Amino acid sequence: MLSWLPENVSTYGGDVDFIFNVIYWITTISCVGVLAAMLWFVIRYRARPGGRAVYTHGNVTLEIIWTIVPTAVFVMIGVMSGSVWSAMKQEIPDTSLVVRVQGSQFNWQMTYPGLDGRFGTPDDYSQENLMRAPVGRPVKLILTAKDVIHSFFVPQMRLKQDALPGREILAWFEATKEGSYEIPCAELCGFGHSQMKGELRVLSQADFDAWVLEKKAFPQEMQGQ
Amino acid sequence: MMQTAPEHAHHAHHEPGFWGKYIFSTDHKMIGKQFLWVSLFMMIVGGGLAMIVRSQLAWPNQPVPGLGWINDGVYIIDGVLSPAFYNTAFTMHATIMIFFVVMPILIGSFGNFLIPLMIGARDMAFPVLNMLSFWFALLAGLIMLSGFLVPGGHAAAGWTSYPPLSAVPAYTGVDWGQNLWVISLIVLGISSLMGSINYITTIINMRAPGMTWFRLPLVIWSLFITAILLLLALPVLTSALGMLLLDRLAGTSFFLPEGGGQPLLWQHLFWFFGHPEVYIMILPAMGVASDVLSTFARKPIFGYKAMAFSMIGIAFLGWLVWGHHMFQSGMNPALGMSFMISTMVIGVPSAIKVFNWLGTLWGGQIHFTTPMLNALAFVAMFLIGGLSGVYMASTPVDVFIHDTYFIVAHIHYVLFGGSIFAMFAAIYYWFPKMFGKMMNETLGKVHFWLTFAAFNLTFFPMHIIGVGGHMRRIANPPYYDFIKPIQHWNVIITYGAFMLGAAQIVFAINFFLSLARGRRAEQNPWHANTLEWVSPTPGIHGNWPGDLPTVYRGPYEYSSPEIPEESVDYLPQNRNLGTALAGGAHH
Repeated sequence: MLSWLPENVSTYGGDVDFIFNVIYWITTISCVGVLAAMLWFVIRYRARPGGRAVYTHGNVTLEIIWTIVPTAVFVMIGVMSGSVWSAMKQEIPDTSLVVRVQGSQFNWQMTYPGLDGRFGTPDDYSQENLMRAPVGRPVKLILTAKDVIHSFFVPQMRLKQDALPGREILAWFEATKEGSYEIPCAELCGFGHSQMKGELRVLSQADFDAWVLEKKAFPQEMQGQ
Repeated sequence: MMQTAPEHAHHAHHEPGFWGKYIFSTDHKMIGKQFLWVSLFMMIVGGGLAMIVRSQLAWPNQPVPGLGWINDGVYIIDGVLSPAFYNTAFTMHATIMIFFVVMPILIGSFGNFLIPLMIGARDMAFPVLNMLSFWFALLAGLIMLSGFLVPGGHAAAGWTSYPPLSAVPAYTGVDWGQNLWVISLIVLGISSLMGSINYITTIINMRAPGMTWFRLPLVIWSLFITAILLLLALPVLTSALGMLLLDRLAGTSFFLPEGGGQPLLWQHLFWFFGHPEVYIMILPAMGVASDVLSTFARKPIFGYKAMAFSMIGIAFLGWLVWGHHMFQSGMNPALGMSFMISTMVIGVPSAIKVFNWLGTLWGGQIHFTTPMLNALAFVAMFLIGGLSGVYMASTPVDVFIHDTYFIVAHIHYVLFGGSIFAMFAAIYYWFPKMFGKMMNETLGKVHFWLTFAAFNLTFFPMHIIGVGGHMRRIANPPYYDFIKPIQHWNVIITYGAFMLGAAQIVFAINFFLSLARGRRAEQNPWHANTLEWVSPTPGIHGNWPGDLPTVYRGPYEYSSPEIPEESVDYLPQNRNLGTALAGGAHH
């Protein structure tokens, strides 16, 4: 089943896929085990002429076991998940590569701070539906929306975050591989929802620097950092 | 009887005529049947919409098979769906199936029909309120259907109707369709409130002598807990809907940031209702499955009290988990951790129930009747649906699978695999009680196996495309390069869905054929213990010809050593063995 996952190209994606695997094996083994027991009982205890069912109202020991074991397993999964979640959503690395992303019906607008390194000034550089990022460096996103809720989704990056009108929401990723990745909108945003698609182009540091220099997307002193 | 009265007055006051008996009935049994008829009709509408959705996903922008003759110039052009109508189709599929099929059948129909019969009461505590509850539900259904006819089309913002998309007509192009959607659900909320107050009052106050809390059948426990959840959850939805309607019509800005509102407020309110709602739809199914499994395993339910307390646990924890629908919403990620833990914990009572159902099968004498097959399918499919929930509960994994087909697979394993299979179990099981006829077992089994196979063919591959990243609610999957390699699954799923739809024709044939010329049902065809099989069939007004029945024991005393006759393996709750157990007689 997990071979269907898109290739992972982000630093934290490996941890996500690891927990995915842990849950996959735990749930698959439990599922097959319970279904096999059920099938066995259904065949073994099918009605026979003159047969009589076992008269029992339950078993306290069993009740305790099958309360405690699932609790322990579920809490373990929860604790494992917690640290990865923090790394993805709460501990946003300090980086000078900050991009504002605004979702609107039905486009992603990417805005870079320009030479002065600040947003909201005339030298901001904007582009629709195309984001460039260097490989191997964290990129911070400030997500907003112009009209309705959109959701910034890069499957290969294991990144998804809703963008809300009236709010600024932070997200980040660090790509581990150059390439071009699609950015669908994952939250229903109207009749054009299915045609809302951006592109994340992960470049080598040199190619990224050349682009930054050409478009004046970031301050010059950031070159080669 | 006053034979001197004029003929029409006689009909109005004594013997209910056609209108009093079938339409404006206050008899809980008739109201239960009314809910069933209306909901089965709505199921055809909701199912038809699902077929349209599936056709679009397998063959995007091709004419829907059989609809090539439709051309209204805007929504459907020569059978090809516009993206706007596609959004309407899945929005209304979910809305109708959740609010007008699963809830009214499990709660409206079987809740009404079973509660007085199974607790040994003559009717509901408030029969007129009960009638009004049905009429408000019908009105809500008519309002909901009328939305298809208004200019601008029906609601198209998803069944969750997140604002601002749902709050500003210009964002979807939908005008009165969305308003009618809101109004319909407000009216339906009033209906459910009346119903839930009635159920709670009836179960607390009107149990027959000797029917203590722990002698209640689990289906009654489940309906009691469901009614409490409904009573507490629905006002939250109704308030949110009222705010949404004001935003749309009166220029308020509860959910619109440009006026100082907050889109996330809707999500908190909606899911504070919406998660208990999930349990509202599954708890009665669990109750039905418990009763059917015990009856056809000829064995007491395993761990009765664990079953009852786990339902109470679900009902309590159900209020603490709504945030797990909102992990990617922009809600403070620190909350993600607490909602993840509460969500993991709510998995425990569900696990307890599955193990106890297994325990019930162990050592039984299992009879594979059609209701039993559906109840067994319920357990197996609910197991898969429950386990797939663990993926969503884990916040980092949810980042990836949120808003993908994985979640569509999950909800259908729980709501179709769970609630709908239990609904079929309930219909096959109580049909003899409702209509005095047996349903055809052969057709029932054909229907079951076709449905079971088609269900898994339809919904299991949705896990796979979800893991592949396939978003939900998109009209044109191959538009994305990463979906192209998995698009063939969409075709397989659609064939499965068509098969699933076709299988229901077998059910419809069986239902009407059995109604017309089914074998006459015995008084207690399944040799069950519960009180509804004691009440006369066909039903009479007041349920019990003489005194109320007296209850001597719990509902699951199958194969008990106390049974005097060797050839009998059941012990009805009201059977007096003349032993010391008769203490309840003086209640």
